[in-house]
Amino acid sequence: MTRYTSITDVDLREMLAEIGVDSVEEMFADVPAALRLNRSLALQDGLSEQQVNAELSALAARNISADDEITFLGAGMYDHYVPALVDSIISRSEFLTPYTPYQPEVSQGGLQAMFEYQTAISELTGLPISNASVYEGPSAVAAAGYLAKLHNGRRRFVISAGVHPHAIEALQTLARGWEMEVELAPLENGLTQLPDLDDGVSAVIVAQPNFLGAIEPLEEIAAAAHEVGALAICAADPIPLGLLVPPGEQGIDVVVGEGQTLGNHLNYGGPSFGFFAVSEPLMRRLPGRIAGQTRDLDGKLGYVLTLQTREQHIRREKATSNICTAQALNALAGVIYLSWLGRQGLVELAELLTKRTAYARERLTAIPGVSASHSQPVIREFPVTVQGDLDGVIDACHSAHINPGYRLAEDQLLVAITERRTRAEIDLLADTIEGALA
Amino acid sequence: MADPEYPEDLRYHAEHDWARIDPATPDEATFGITWYAQDSLGEVVFFTPPAVGTTVTAGESYTEVESVKAVSDVLAPLSGEIIATNVDLADNPQAINEDPYGAGWLVRVKLSDPSEADALMDAATYSATLS
Amino acid sequence: MSTMVIPPDATARAVSNLQSADDTLTIFERSKPGRRAFTPPPLDVPDRPLDELIPQRLRRAVPAALPEVSEPEIVRHYNRLSKRNFDLDTGFYPLGSCTMKHNPKLHERLAALPGNARLHPLQRPAAAQGALELMWNLQQALADIAGLPHVSLQPSAGSHGELAGVLLTRAYHEDRGEVRTKVLTPETAHGTNPATVTMAGYEVVKLATDPDGNIDLDDLSAKATDEVACLMLTNPSTLGLFEPNIARIAQIVHEVGATLYYDGANLNAIMGISRPGDMGFDIVHFNLHKSFTQPHGGGGPGAGPIAVSDRIEPFLPRPQVVRRAAEASGEVGGQRATNESEWFFDLDEDRPKSIGRLRGFQGNYGVFVRSYAYIRSLGHDGLREASEVAVLNANYLLARLRAEGVLEQLPAAYPRLCMHEFVLSGAPMKANLGIKTLDLAKRLLDHGVHPPTVYFPLLVDEALLLEPTETETRETLDRFAQTLAGVLREAAEDPEIARGAPYTTPVRRLDEAGAARHLVLRQPIASP
Repeated sequence: MTRYTSITDVDLREMLAEIGVDSVEEMFADVPAALRLNRSLALQDGLSEQQVNAELSALAARNISADDEITFLGAGMYDHYVPALVDSIISRSEFLTPYTPYQPEVSQGGLQAMFEYQTAISELTGLPISNASVYEGPSAVAAAGYLAKLHNGRRRFVISAGVHPHAIEALQTLARGWEMEVELAPLENGLTQLPDLDDGVSAVIVAQPNFLGAIEPLEEIAAAAHEVGALAICAADPIPLGLLVPPGEQGIDVVVGEGQTLGNHLNYGGPSFGFFAVSEPLMRRLPGRIAGQTRDLDGKLGYVLTLQTREQHIRREKATSNICTAQALNALAGVIYLSWLGRQGLVELAELLTKRTAYARERLTAIPGVSASHSQPVIREFPVTVQGDLDGVIDACHSAHINPGYRLAEDQLLVAITERRTRAEIDLLADTIEGALA
Repeated sequence: MADPEYPEDLRYHAEHDWARIDPATPDEATFGITWYAQDSLGEVVFFTPPAVGTTVTAGESYTEVESVKAVSDVLAPLSGEIIATNVDLADNPQAINEDPYGAGWLVRVKLSDPSEADALMDAATYSATLS
Repeated sequence: MSTMVIPPDATARAVSNLQSADDTLTIFERSKPGRRAFTPPPLDVPDRPLDELIPQRLRRAVPAALPEVSEPEIVRHYNRLSKRNFDLDTGFYPLGSCTMKHNPKLHERLAALPGNARLHPLQRPAAAQGALELMWNLQQALADIAGLPHVSLQPSAGSHGELAGVLLTRAYHEDRGEVRTKVLTPETAHGTNPATVTMAGYEVVKLATDPDGNIDLDDLSAKATDEVACLMLTNPSTLGLFEPNIARIAQIVHEVGATLYYDGANLNAIMGISRPGDMGFDIVHFNLHKSFTQPHGGGGPGAGPIAVSDRIEPFLPRPQVVRRAAEASGEVGGQRATNESEWFFDLDEDRPKSIGRLRGFQGNYGVFVRSYAYIRSLGHDGLREASEVAVLNANYLLARLRAEGVLEQLPAAYPRLCMHEFVLSGAPMKANLGIKTLDLAKRLLDHGVHPPTVYFPLLVDEALLLEPTETETRETLDRFAQTLAGVLREAAEDPEIARGAPYTTPVRRLDEAGAARHLVLRQPIASP
């Protein structure tokens, strides 16, 4: 018996008798002898809770987290402040431990939370219909590609080099199976240069802001896509959407994105969640769970999973996706966080990020040898080109307990600013870089 | 429609689809799904017919009917070209449950080979297959 | 023994301070302009007009209509919502195919440690040795459980792992210059299997099962041609039965050069007892949110790592967690993290034959922490014991149901010893008592348990799939059997009660058809 099971010797004897067998072994009679593992698993002995706690705490202590350094590292996930109420609410048993809401009468909490989350994402993206979450950002881009493929059956994607590299790769991985081409559109001065499109293009995919922090002209891009009958897909960063024109209002058909910055910790890359919103005509192509409002027998308002005929458990090989388990708890964290920020708060946060980022870019590009890699307006992240020993600069930063950002290239750094990065910390980064280059 | 009904004047395909041929217009037929089909599906929530002009082939699927818990292929009992579709079903898909042989009709077809109807079953033969 | 007789027209429901008229207000409806929970840090950099930084034409004219509420309102709102949820910590949850076993509380503390929760995924490996070592150790453990040496932790859920498996198969055949177009799945397969096949660009071919619920070997032999890329199976099957012919099945599949894929959803029956790799499977996925205790979260997060054989290894997703001798790598541990180990753990991107990435970064690391803690807690003996007790509990529950007379109305679809789950058919109950499996499930809600899985697998008429798991006490199983028997007795007297159930839940039966016909998928918000 381990601490998670409760069958005593007495229980065992009586249970075996009730079943009508003499041993546990008899219940495995269907497993052929040749397939029995005739040794222990190659694992160590089990440990007490206290021992496991000690061992895993020691492992965690060997990581340099955002608590241990001043981090300007972004490139897809960001060191935002997660308010205490998020963790407190999502750690409740009633949210943490149930399964997907297949019995809606006893799952109204989770279903209503999904409905609220869908509403929040719809507001951010400017599209009427959101699902209840997908895994994360990059695989959401690949899933959006699958939607386009099912929608128009064409053979080619045009994807901006400004989309997160992991998303581009995820799309390429899946597109191979669909025998579809993935054409990369380059960036110039930070913005996407679309090639001439034709009716072989299934979808045009861009990011907003893009990987280099620049704000793309979505309206033009969507128009170009629609002119050849292609879908316009945008991978968006949710906090900047507090400030920017919603992609859905600029003609974008599908908005997806990474939700980590909405109330989820960095978690070394996961779990977080992906969001996925579509225009009305694409509603029946939407992957994943969707919660819908309805009434019960007594006329009381309630929620159910709806449009399930899109999904794998009903549509099987004709489903819009194979997704089953998604990221419901992380999406709940997201809607709690967005409620905490609130209508005004999200705007204020995005404005603060914009002003601090502008300051950071000014300070850094004032350093001899450091220049802005592009001149586009930015909200939370920007690349700089460094003429000099960037390796040495980075080492100097590490020694000062600073993580200066993501190494984009031999001579390029991508610097991210969140509301946790104070002016003093930005100044420290600048001084350290300047000192190292001098 | 609460109880099973299989009107005598219709011809039936084994996969639970019916065809009505009005003697006045022998080269046209109306298609729909039978009481058994709508009962198995449950409450119909969505139906979009294919476009007018689409060719349909006897025994092959030409559209789908969606209920809350299932999606069903609808097979054409006879071959031909769609000349009309039941647009009212967009707002009122439950007509397929309530009146599968009347207001729940799906499409009207100009037949390419009316003699195919001979291969379909009459009401008695079809309902015998259901027990 | 508890009996609850609620006449169909009863309006009395458990009245408590947990139900109030404004229960169904959404957080948006509680909003009032001016309320707030968040205050931004003060602006400490020189203020610039926003127009100078972001031209007005790029900015939204109207803010997103997020709620305006204070912290206490948010806490109370979601707290009250939570109380309208049934959950595993609170009650028995025998959902077949879902493995609803206890979620150890230690795991939440460990996942929340700053070294885990506050670690950026792009942190340089030298400064993430604890995380990488944990992932490496988890990989080794899963490899031994699967009986296949090479593991990728990247897929985010079981379906994602399935997709990886089929894409790996494609890469394997393409590397050999072979073009294959079909994937075989049994008709009893979980819906994710055929959906995955289509997503990966293959055609689904269904396999028949024989009267005992096993794969029909004749059908398999007929359909296993060199057009077939893969056979996807779970063992035990979704019927809770071990496939006795698995060695022969593997032989047939391998003879035509196809791969054999293992859907790990039912692994809880065989950990430490039998291994998919030894059965002949080439690719295995694990559901860490099933056998390895990651809490289900109401629909995720989960994780779907895969284990593969040597011949599939070159195609694994990128990056892979690898281990190198520390001195040879020339790496030094991070500032505070002196490298005590002889090993340096790294992320290897140099994989020329890899299928590429399936998602960003390294996968659901927070889930890995919990699963690894579980594996370290149980060890080799504990994992095997978990499977033994899972199978014991399922057989015991079946025996108790028989003793209580339940099986007369709900016979076992396959009347023999089961593994970790078993299927009953509600067809006799429907014919004799006039209530369907759905009605039975809804009436169970009134008894404070979550019903088993209903109407799956599709092969069994009015199916009820029960999986108690190993973490339930015998008393809980006894009580559940009695409860089921009680519901059947009640139905024999008055079937209307179950048909109108549930009565005591926060809402009663919901109009799902109405929800699908009149779609309301978000809160409409009046413009300001």
